[in-house]
Amino acid sequence: MNLARFLRLNRAHGDEELSEELNTHLRMAIDERIARGESPDAATAHAHREFGNVGHVQEVAREMSGSLWLERLTQDARFGLRMLRRAPGFSVVAILCLTLGIGANAVVGGWMEGILFRPYPGVANQQRLVTVAGTQNGAPGFRDLSWPDFVDLERESTLFDAFIVSKIIGTTLTSGDRAERLVGLMVSPSYFQALGVRPVLGRGFAPDEGTGRNAHPVTVISYREWKDRFHGDPAILGKTQRYNNVSHVIVGVAPEGFLGTFVGYSMQFWVPTSMQAAFDPGGYKLEDRGAQWIEGFALLKRGVTIDQAQAEMSAAARRLESAYPDVDRGRGVRLLPLWRGTFDNAQNLLPTLRIGFGVAVFVLLIACANVANLLLVRSFVRRHEITVRLALGARRLRLMRQLFTEAMLLSMIATACGVLLAYWLRNALTLFFPAPGGITYTFHGDFDWRVWLLSAAIGISSVIFFAAVPAMQSSRVDLSAALKADSRAASGTRDRSRLRNVLVVFQMALSFVLLVSAGLVFESLQGMRSASPGFSTHEVVTTSINLFAAGYDSARAKTFDERLLQRIRSIGGVDTASLASSTPFSNRPYGDSPLAVDGFVPKSDEQPTASYNAVTPGYFATMGIGLPSGRDFTTADDESSEPVAIVSETLVSQFWRGDNPIGKRLRVQGRWRRIVGIAKNIKFESLLDAPKALFYIPLRQNFSTQVGIFIRTSKPPDALRSSLTREIHALDPRLAPYEVITMREQVERATSAQRVAVALLGLFGVLAVLLASVGLYGMMAYAVSQRRRELGLRTALGAAPSTLLRLVLSDALGLTALGILLGGVVAVASTRLLAYMLYNVSPRDPRAFVAALVVMILSALGACLLPAWRAARTDPITALR
Amino acid sequence: MPKKHPPASRIELLQGTLDMLILQTLAWGPRYGFGIAQMIRASSRNALQVDTGSLYPALHRLERQGAINAEWGTSENNQRVRIYRLTAAGRRRLSTERSKWQQLADAIAGVMAPLAENEP
Repeated sequence: MNLARFLRLNRAHGDEELSEELNTHLRMAIDERIARGESPDAATAHAHREFGNVGHVQEVAREMSGSLWLERLTQDARFGLRMLRRAPGFSVVAILCLTLGIGANAVVGGWMEGILFRPYPGVANQQRLVTVAGTQNGAPGFRDLSWPDFVDLERESTLFDAFIVSKIIGTTLTSGDRAERLVGLMVSPSYFQALGVRPVLGRGFAPDEGTGRNAHPVTVISYREWKDRFHGDPAILGKTQRYNNVSHVIVGVAPEGFLGTFVGYSMQFWVPTSMQAAFDPGGYKLEDRGAQWIEGFALLKRGVTIDQAQAEMSAAARRLESAYPDVDRGRGVRLLPLWRGTFDNAQNLLPTLRIGFGVAVFVLLIACANVANLLLVRSFVRRHEITVRLALGARRLRLMRQLFTEAMLLSMIATACGVLLAYWLRNALTLFFPAPGGITYTFHGDFDWRVWLLSAAIGISSVIFFAAVPAMQSSRVDLSAALKADSRAASGTRDRSRLRNVLVVFQMALSFVLLVSAGLVFESLQGMRSASPGFSTHEVVTTSINLFAAGYDSARAKTFDERLLQRIRSIGGVDTASLASSTPFSNRPYGDSPLAVDGFVPKSDEQPTASYNAVTPGYFATMGIGLPSGRDFTTADDESSEPVAIVSETLVSQFWRGDNPIGKRLRVQGRWRRIVGIAKNIKFESLLDAPKALFYIPLRQNFSTQVGIFIRTSKPPDALRSSLTREIHALDPRLAPYEVITMREQVERATSAQRVAVALLGLFGVLAVLLASVGLYGMMAYAVSQRRRELGLRTALGAAPSTLLRLVLSDALGLTALGILLGGVVAVASTRLLAYMLYNVSPRDPRAFVAALVVMILSALGACLLPAWRAARTDPITALR
Repeated sequence: MPKKHPPASRIELLQGTLDMLILQTLAWGPRYGFGIAQMIRASSRNALQVDTGSLYPALHRLERQGAINAEWGTSENNQRVRIYRLTAAGRRRLSTERSKWQQLADAIAGVMAPLAENEP
């Protein structure tokens, strides 16, 4: 018998007394049976059967063998795997639950890593990179810096390896009737070197290429551009590419996978800062300390903390203030970690990712509760094995370790699956962001060792959540009671079922909170979709032409604009058409301007500002923005006439407090403007916030060569596109419009963050309810099977099936009600965390709560149906057995 | 795991009685584990079968409680065995358990006896 040999082999170790004793017992039993005349084989078999499961004795003997820690671990793992294989249903469901929970966290973790913490693939030393932002009078919010200030800051610093300008720019390449927009970065010469990016062909920028007005028309193109546009031409260096009517010499090709330094976009080209005026209609700004346009980073020296660096920068900024009091007074510098970066898309996604992370943790908790529940059932099934092992002298600690090892195995498998799932979903976020003007947003999750570590940590800590309670329960078995061979009601059952009820209630509560949140963001999204931003979204089509990129000066552009408007208005089906320098909810943003108002004295530290838009006559009619008082601009409001403005109602209430402002004056950019009209409020940046103060000025009085075109028409955009292109080509065959879309589409794009939130909360909410339902189902099915005798007895005593149904259902629904109640309390207390992304929806909106309630009750009923039906059909015979 | 179905003639031990049975068995003299199980089975005319899984935990528990003590010795067949012996405390405990059991048995017998015999 290998058992006996095994036990003998282990005799040398400590703790062997019990095994020897048991061994002797077994041998005596066999001897006795042989003495009674049984054959040795039969005697052995009978004695073993009487003695108990040999496998368990072996396990116990192993446990008592006191071998090395690692050896025990592998034994545990092997045994654990065997146990998991023996119950494949349990294992699969548990792994699935955990995969969802861990995977959800890994997905969001990967997104956070790729978007917030290490946002720039291909860049070395990202952990030493900080965003450099400007401040004004210590006011909240950040602004750009001027070139001279930036250069001075770099010169005065000692704790930095480099200061890097990284300013997003765009240009238009037109071929045939399509205009293609390209995004690029205008960078300081040290850019590539400082970021540790080595071009695969050619070079980066030379130190002298940073300055001199349009003196160095050179460019580094992206790997993708090289491959796609230039078909991987090996002789690409030295060839030229026209950006904004300036021929640029291609001096380098960036390495594959380097996308630039702007979250959300893959850059297609880079030019040095000397080319600033070619990409900025505002003119050459490298000698203007007042012009704030620079966005950029600083690379901290190794071992320097952001606080030390900030101290040095603040001192340098103060020296600049006193050296240039006229322009630099009040200006400060702030260094920010990349994830708080001020100018790219990371900020838009930060709140969404935060919600995503919260939701993922919820899902994980629910999944853990589910697995804990499964383990509790399982430990009941295994109670005999466990009690035998305890009886044979296994220490409780050892037993708990075995159970933990099994849980850890589950968790490890699930972590691997979850990370795989997350890797697969790493770029899913991009799907929520439509491509504006043909430029695709790229939000990629990053799967570096930190995400792996996070996932592993989550996997391990989840074990504590889902395995601790069942393990403790199992090892607390009352031996003498539980050992009795077929005891149906082993002690601890009551405890355990109470525990399982607690878990189910916990799951229900969490699911309810998620459902309410999903309901709230969904309602909010619906509200945003149907709400009016203050202008017509139907029947207004928008597009744009980049005259600046095509090399037009103001004079030529004005003539072009006028003739184009005439031609557009003559297209069949077009009511009106007009131009504006800004488009709501687009990347042609509204300008902000400080202003002074006749008769309004601001507080000493207050600088009144408002947004503005330069528009052509007829803009208000085209956009459907009401003018309750005063007049529209006319063609007479041009460069030579008196400067005029139309102000929004918010602006009126801010500065004139109910007086009629028409005829009064407003000073902007050093010029007084006469107010000729009042416009209804519109929203143009955020659908969530109240309309901001806004004023309009005639386009002719503040001309821009980059304007949006707005057309009121009943024609769909696609139908309009060809006629529009024809009219433009008639004026200049080298030009073409950007995408032609409705204003509705334009506004819709502003809801990306909400749509991500709806998708995340909705998806995870449904998952949570599913998990909770599975939990409830398992609990019910088990409870019914445990109560079979009682139910059978009731049937035998004349209880109708409907009575039994009610009996069982009332238990389940009681738990559900408790869960919902608890979840309701949590939801009421916590949904205001969502308030910043809710539009016209109270965080305690009763509709969301009722909807969540209905879903919960329906799914609870669904989960109970089968067990309850089974209960109602209990055979009275079972009571008698 | 195969379920053990005891033969119909076998009686399940009442909860809490195993300790008493062990103490009673040891009152006749020191014995090792297998001998205790055998003796309980024999004196109950095969009606009581003590599980190994219950016996040894009970023995260790009693030993921890000081009701019995144990030392290694040899069996009649010269096997190395652990021999259990009743202590003074064990003897006292046996007598209280025995009287408790007597009361319980009387009470149950009273309940189970025909009504007429019980009336004065």
